[in-house]
Amino acid sequence: MRNALKKFYIALIFLFLYAPIATLMVLSFNASKTRAKWGGFTFKWYVQLVHNDDILRALGNTLLIALLSSVIATVIGTIACIAMNTMKKRTRTIMMGITNIPMLNADIVTGISLMLLFISFGLRFGMGTILLSHITFNIPYVILSVMPRMKQLNPSVYEAALDLGAPPVTAFFKVVFPDLTPGILSGFLMAFTMSLDDFIITHFTKGAGVDTLSTKIYTEVRKGIKPEMYALSTIIFVAVLVLLLLVNAAPDKKEGKTRV
Amino acid sequence: MISRRKWLSAPYTLWSVVFILIPLCMIFYYGLTDKTGAFTLENITAIATAEHAKALRLSILLSLISTLICFLLAYPLAMILANMKVSQHSFIILIFILPMWMNFLLRTLAWQTLLEKSGVINSILTFLHLPNINIINTPYAIILGMVYNFLPFMVLPLYNALSKIDENVINAARDLGADNIHTFFRIILPLSVPGIISGISMVFVPALTTFVISSLLGGSKILLIGNVIDQEFTQASNWHLGSGLSIVLMIFIILNMIASAVFDKEGEGSML
Amino acid sequence: MKRMNRSNKVLLGSVMLLAAVGMTGCGSSGSGGNGQVIVYNWGEYIDPETIEMFEEETGIEVVYDEFETNEIMYPKVESGAASYDVVCPSDYMISKMIEGDMLAEINFENIPNAKKNIGAQYFEQAKGFDPENKYSVPYCWGTVGILYNKTMVEEPITSWAQLWDEKYADNILMQDSVRDAFMVAEKLHGFSMNTTDPQELEIAKNSLIDQKPLVQAYVIDQVRDKMIGGEAAIGVIYSGEAIYTQRENPDLEYVIPEEGTNVWIDSWVILKDAPNKENAEKFIDFMCRGDVAVKNFEYITYSTPNDAARELIEDDDIRNSEIAFPDLSKYDNLETFVYLGEEGDALYNELWKEVKSN
Repeated sequence: MRNALKKFYIALIFLFLYAPIATLMVLSFNASKTRAKWGGFTFKWYVQLVHNDDILRALGNTLLIALLSSVIATVIGTIACIAMNTMKKRTRTIMMGITNIPMLNADIVTGISLMLLFISFGLRFGMGTILLSHITFNIPYVILSVMPRMKQLNPSVYEAALDLGAPPVTAFFKVVFPDLTPGILSGFLMAFTMSLDDFIITHFTKGAGVDTLSTKIYTEVRKGIKPEMYALSTIIFVAVLVLLLLVNAAPDKKEGKTRV
Repeated sequence: MISRRKWLSAPYTLWSVVFILIPLCMIFYYGLTDKTGAFTLENITAIATAEHAKALRLSILLSLISTLICFLLAYPLAMILANMKVSQHSFIILIFILPMWMNFLLRTLAWQTLLEKSGVINSILTFLHLPNINIINTPYAIILGMVYNFLPFMVLPLYNALSKIDENVINAARDLGADNIHTFFRIILPLSVPGIISGISMVFVPALTTFVISSLLGGSKILLIGNVIDQEFTQASNWHLGSGLSIVLMIFIILNMIASAVFDKEGEGSML
Repeated sequence: MKRMNRSNKVLLGSVMLLAAVGMTGCGSSGSGGNGQVIVYNWGEYIDPETIEMFEEETGIEVVYDEFETNEIMYPKVESGAASYDVVCPSDYMISKMIEGDMLAEINFENIPNAKKNIGAQYFEQAKGFDPENKYSVPYCWGTVGILYNKTMVEEPITSWAQLWDEKYADNILMQDSVRDAFMVAEKLHGFSMNTTDPQELEIAKNSLIDQKPLVQAYVIDQVRDKMIGGEAAIGVIYSGEAIYTQRENPDLEYVIPEEGTNVWIDSWVILKDAPNKENAEKFIDFMCRGDVAVKNFEYITYSTPNDAARELIEDDDIRNSEIAFPDLSKYDNLETFVYLGEEGDALYNELWKEVKSN
């Protein structure tokens, strides 16, 4: 009974999270260009998508930037968490406050201030400037995911490892790191996600001719979102989902026992 | 050990000085000057004008409600997930993040399609002979949009924190005669505080400054502080006022800092 | 890393694979032999084929970039963050850029197609923001009017005043931008839409506040979809969208209200600091060619000022459409937005905030 209740609850939340996604998927098969009307079933947006070099190039840029920026942000953010954990309380509070700033500032404020910064540095606008700004707004998400796990760590375990003669680096990777993994992973994924989605900051920090999917989608708004975008989103979504299900359906031999 | 770890803070410190603090100084420069470049506090005190104060009040109210709803929805969920003996937590994490890999604007437009008067949900309700819901272009739709968008940000830190709690501690409490309610309030809840704080800042802070949700789902009839700031930059080209109002919002960062400092006491002692 | 389980690995692997796929797509677009031209235009505001045609014919590589609104374009151009050659702003923004000394005078001898193909009346209309026709070449134009659903209104819509009719409460879509919204109220009272008279603006503001309870939503781009879907009976919309929406929903009708309205023009301009001025002129000249302009018209469906292109439109209904090509001489109360100066802008924004927060 309780289990049924739990499952029902999870199902409800999933319905809530995935209802719009389902809507978008349905729209990708809509023959009419407008989201307001069903014009019959079609595959034509998928066909057009494959032939649309602009969108594919934007997809490439988007993934590249998202991957690089989230990896770098995860490394910097995780190291920062380890460092902050040993700091004095006041310093740490200030650091956490600074970390919150990019999250609080409206995107346009962050975007314009970064643009001004890059101009004063004399940087050439392009992939590099986009990358720098994405790393900047990604780090907070990493820190905020890793920090709670960090605080729950038992420092004596690490010290015990040191006492038993492990060099600090080994002790860290063998003892501390595994406990941080879920936090690091969710931080990485969140950073990746935020980077995929960003429009305004990218717009102000990009050079001419470098587009990401978001900048493409937002500039399309005035003339109407092209259904190719729904098609592309659907493909990405289904691809990742299938991959994920395949991995989980496969019997898990060795690592199955790991307590979450 | 502490001295060895000190240099570890160098990369992030450097990064935050260059890419967070220097741009912040620029915002302060714009916020504290007028168009002629002279010093002024006008852009800060502008928050007190009727429209701005109302927008800020509404923003705070809506983001508080959304944060609360997110928390109430996410906590039981995170507990269920943390108790499930799943070997692959990355699967759980991913399943919550995955919807966000579809563009934010597309998802919000999809909510419009769902919620509109002649939208998908109402068509289904009509088909079932049920009364229609009419929340599009109202504050309720904005709250729904916020909860939808920021729920994963609440679930993940909570899940992270809860799944780290040692089962033995819970079992020990049970062995010592604590009932479920006691175990929850005395053991589980206090131990998940770091996750709660992370979750709250990750939901409340972005919800406070959002403007896309209020314009797409609220029909732009409700002016939030994010809309005001956005309008100052993108429509009025008044960067000074926009920056000034952004500075005012930093108060919430300071409040957040105080809150986490207050709740952070126990963790502190064990660390040093 | 030992505890990193399989789904983590697969996850990382798949992300990297995706990125690798992306990177291979990146390295294309080789540079042409004759330099380049950097174009900054509205999103989806050109037929991509015409760019390819231009590149093939001239050997000039086009670096193409897009913006969403004039106001987002402006700081980017002003700051010089990316050095653009050709930009396509709207009327009032062009006058702002002229005032800011950001534009280069255009040498029309290098753009013969402009004067040859583009109707004199459009250059005349453009004098509102570019008094000597020195800086801009019209690219697209249109009017702002009312789109209504014939099945949802009781009488034909002819006037802005009907946007204040309580019958249509919760069935009205207004534009969510300062100038467009105020234009409606100003025209309603017979004021100029470029007025900065505080008394007139006060009256306009109060009208907008009165109207607010009747308005279903303030929207920009969703007018299109909402009107097609029958969400609202009446919406303020750009004429360029009217043809498209009618095609999707034949019940819709577009009208220019009797009190007059806004004629807007988006024009090509060359920036003062443009690194490739000659190529910029070639680009504009190419876009003014009849066969190219007609391709663009068919792609974006916004009215073209290019008479040669209009002749080439095959569909009679469209070529003679009152919506796409209204006879401007029939109206005496049409205006074009001009830049109101910083103080004027600030006043409008102040009042708009009052409307929105009411």
